[in-house]
Order: sequence, then structure tokens, then C-alpha cells
Amino acid sequence: MSIIQAEQLTKHYRVSIKRPGLMNTWRHFVRRNHRTVKAVSSVSFSIEPGEIVGFLGPNGAGKTTVLKMISGLIYPTSGHVEVAGHTPFDRRPEFLRQITLVMGQKQQLIWDLPALDSFRINAAIYGIPSSVFHDRLIKLCDILQMSDNLTTPVRKLSLGERMKAELIAALLHSPRVLFLDEPTLGLDVNAQAAVRRFLRNYCQETGATVLLTSHYMADITSLCERVILIHEGSLIYDGLLSNIVDQFAPYREVKIELGQEHPYSTFLPYGSVEAVDGHVVRLLISRDDLTETISKLLADFEIIDLTVQDPPIEDIIGRLFVKRSAP
Amino acid sequence: MNSFLRKIRTFLSVYYSLMTTYRAEIFLWAIATSLPLIMMGVWIEAGASGRFPMNEAELTRYFIAVFIVRQFSIVWVIHDFEYHVVTGRLSPLLLQPINPAWRFIAPHLSEQLARLPFVVCLVALLLWLYPQALSAQDGSEERWALVFNRIVLSGVMIYCAFALRFLMQYTLAMLAFWMERVTACDRLLMIPYLFLSGLIAPLEMFPENIRILATYTPFPYLVWFPASLLAGGDIQILKPLVVITAWLLVFQLIARTVWRRGLYKYSAMGT
Repeated sequence: MSIIQAEQLTKHYRVSIKRPGLMNTWRHFVRRNHRTVKAVSSVSFSIEPGEIVGFLGPNGAGKTTVLKMISGLIYPTSGHVEVAGHTPFDRRPEFLRQITLVMGQKQQLIWDLPALDSFRINAAIYGIPSSVFHDRLIKLCDILQMSDNLTTPVRKLSLGERMKAELIAALLHSPRVLFLDEPTLGLDVNAQAAVRRFLRNYCQETGATVLLTSHYMADITSLCERVILIHEGSLIYDGLLSNIVDQFAPYREVKIELGQEHPYSTFLPYGSVEAVDGHVVRLLISRDDLTETISKLLADFEIIDLTVQDPPIEDIIGRLFVKRSAP
Repeated sequence: MNSFLRKIRTFLSVYYSLMTTYRAEIFLWAIATSLPLIMMGVWIEAGASGRFPMNEAELTRYFIAVFIVRQFSIVWVIHDFEYHVVTGRLSPLLLQPINPAWRFIAPHLSEQLARLPFVVCLVALLLWLYPQALSAQDGSEERWALVFNRIVLSGVMIYCAFALRFLMQYTLAMLAFWMERVTACDRLLMIPYLFLSGLIAPLEMFPENIRILATYTPFPYLVWFPASLLAGGDIQILKPLVVITAWLLVFQLIARTVWRRGLYKYSAMGT
């Protein structure tokens, strides 16, 4: 049975419009004009217990709005959603004890106090017995290497340390369902890797279900087998990450190193030219024409090295969103 | 019950730490609420040249009592709540299995605890500066009747005043779900609050019909009633208790309704 079930989720917002200039300021003061933003339109999906699902989309696609609806922060305009057997926006304590939402840098930590004080508050709110709280805290701090910073005021922590503290605060009550909105935003490469490792271990140990949004493809590729792509409020793909390549990238990337330089236009007849950097050229070639085109390239140029690979997943998804946005 | 007590204990201790982080701030806030002391000077001076229903000693006691009541009934929840709604910081609080109101009540109570030593020192200083408050200096036997029962009852009424002021402001604060900027709404209440609460003048100074009318509004119970009790004034207890209870229930009911409807409007912006 699915732990998250969303059917025809829709959210429309009414926002006021204000144009620049003095006259428009007066007009705006006297009379407000509004427009309706269709943030999410009829999005349906279901997630099984223990799944880690990546939720991808360009800025403004509606990812965070969906997360807000399924975590119970906001009411959908229409549609139905059920998480762990509860309707999220009823916000019943038994539901709230099972979930957590981490929203990038939007902290629940008390800024002027050490993170430990915020953890103590959370332990009291969730009714975590003191001994269990200490055990969990030690464990989480060990994995995230936060033990030395527990008594430092949050405002004096680095961005990465704050994010780790946010994660600890969000996971102290051992939630079954994790909604993670950009959990590695602004972190350096090492901190990102640490957070990814930590999340992977947490899910393996607890069997938690995760819905994760991130602009870093590395987060998605290292954690998620399944992804949901959303664009302009509508769902455009729901399936295995590996299938995206087959479905949306009917081409492969061919990288050749040449004995001598050639102008850009020389390669146009062979495929889509991605880059020409001195002796190195990157081409996108249709899978159907691959063998034939490579034979031609070998015949026409002095080639020192040639590699064929699938284009990076972020390129495929990026192209897909650009293509969808095109008029 | 243990869980409830643990929550209270943890909230108070953590927010007490927060409130004591900036030591100078507590002292400055305690000083900043010195309007009653200014009014005391004004009324004592005016009383010397006119006929007033209260003598100098009574006025001094009343305004010192007002100063004490104010120290324990300052409410700033509207600013906090507006900030939380506008910046989206309310969102994580909504997803915890506890009413977010506790996150706003706890800092107020903790701040009162942090302020207590300063208040004791300031009140001692005032009593030293105005000895007529403790016993009349005109040779009469009149003294400040600080009996135990009255102090306890005054304490209870001070916290009723705090609860009522908090509920009134919290109700207005929740309009932030619709209007986003709501601190101006509290300004609207400032005028009746200043005049009808007894902050500027004891209700005894008002014409009788206005005084009677005022006692049916919530304002006198925010300052005048607990301060008069503490100052040892001869006032009715039953009627004020009924009125303040009624207002507490009314605002509680309104607050619950506004909260439920407001959450439908909440867009968790900024997140």
C-alpha cells in the first residue's frame, strides 16, 4: 500500500500585480489588480514505503508547492492527498510525528542559542525520552560530524554546519516520511557528499520514505532510483531515472580528439555540435545513425581518441525543460 | 502530565536562556516601560493643586503598582507572529505536534522571569524615592496594605491581564494570514488601551458614566484592575472577575475561529 498518494493535486494562487512607476504605484494603492497563478495542475503520483524519489523541475515548476501540500502546510485548491493514512492538512499530531520537512535554509533552529537547545525543545515536543534523545543525538552527530558544534550559537555556525543541525533537528523524532526541499543548497562539495551519505544510511537503517527536491543532480543520482519531473505545474515524467536516458535522449555523446584543429562548421554534417575546444570536439549523434556516423568520422579525420557515452543526465533533463518551455 | 510538564520546563528554560543572551536589552526594556512613573509625577503635581478622588499616597501606590503590572503584561506577539508569517518561519512550527502559540507564549513568560531581578531593584528604588507609598507622610496611619491574600490575588489578576492582552494581540496578529502587515492594527487598539486601561490615569479620575462604560470593555482589566488590587484600593472583585473571564472566553473563541480560517489562507511564502 502506498505511503504517499496524491491524486489530481491542484493549487492556484491569487497574487497582486504592481507595475513600476509613480502612476502605477497610485493605481496600485487605490485598486489592486490580481492574477491567478496556476502553481500546480492535476498532479498525481504515489510512493511506496521505503522509496527515495527525486522531485525535479526548473525554478517555479511547482515542486515546493507540491511538497507544501503533501506535508500539510497548505491546502490544495482541489485534489486529494493522503500520507501515512492521514490527510496532511488536518495536521493531526499522530501524522506530524511521522513526517518531517526540511526546507533548504529555512531554519527551525533558534538563531541566538546553541543548536542543542533547539534539539531539546524538539525532544520535548515529540515526547522523546531523555535516554533515547541522547542516544539518537550522539548517533546523528557522529555521522554528520557535528559533536563539536552543539554548544555554539546557531548564528555562529557555517552554512554547512547549520544545514547539518537542521537535519538533526528534523530527524530526532525518527520520522517515517521525509520531505526534503533542497537539503544541500549552498553547501560545499564535501558537505553535500556528507549529507548524501547520511541520508542514504538513514533510509537504509530506518526504511524511511523520502521525497527529495534538489537542483544538484548529484543528490538525485546518488540517492534516487525513481524521479518525478514537473514542469509549469504539470507532471511530465514519473519513472526510473535510468529510463529517462532512453525516453528523452535518443542520442549519444561522441567525444573525439583530433590530430589537428578544424573549424566548427566542419562538424555540422555529422550531428549536433556541442563544443569544439581545440583538438577536442563533442558531438550529439542520433542512436540510429551512430555506427554510420562514427565510420564516417574515422574515415574523414585523423582521430587520436574517440569515446561514446550517454549524455549527462542533467543535460538531458535540462534540454527537456527547455524544449517544454519553447513556444 | 509528565510530558506536559517537561514541555513547559524545557520551553521556559530554553527561552529563558534566549532572553538572557542580551543582558542590557532586558534592563533597557524594563526602563522603557516607565510611562506610569512619568504619569505618577504628573498626577501628584496636579493633585496638589486640585480636588481628586485619590490622595498623593494612593496615587503613588497606584502608579508603582501599574509599573509592576506592566512589567508582567508586556506583549509583543503581533510583531513576532507577523514576522513568522511573512518570512515563512511559521511553516516548521506548523509541522510540529504542538500548537505554535506555545512558541510565542514561552518567550513572553521567560522574558518576565529574566526581567524579575531588574523589576525588584527598580521597585525598591521607587519605594526609596517615594516613601509616601509605604506609609503616608502626613502623620496619618495610612499604609500600603500588602497582605498575603491580596498579593496572591493581584498576581493571579496580573496573569489574567497578560493572558487577555496576549489573546487580544494574538487574534489581531492572525490577520497576517490575510493582510501580511498587521502591526498597524494593534496601533488602533493603542488609543483605547492608553486611556481606558488606567495606564495614563486611574479610572477613578474619569466621569462616572465613562468609568461604568469602560468596566464592560476589556481594557481596564489589562492594567487598572490588577494595579488597583495591588495598590490596596477598595474595589469590587466579583464583577471584574466575571467580565475578564467573559472577555477571555470571547477572545479565545475568536482566536480559534480566525486561526482555523487563517490556515486556509496561509501560503507558506518565503519557503
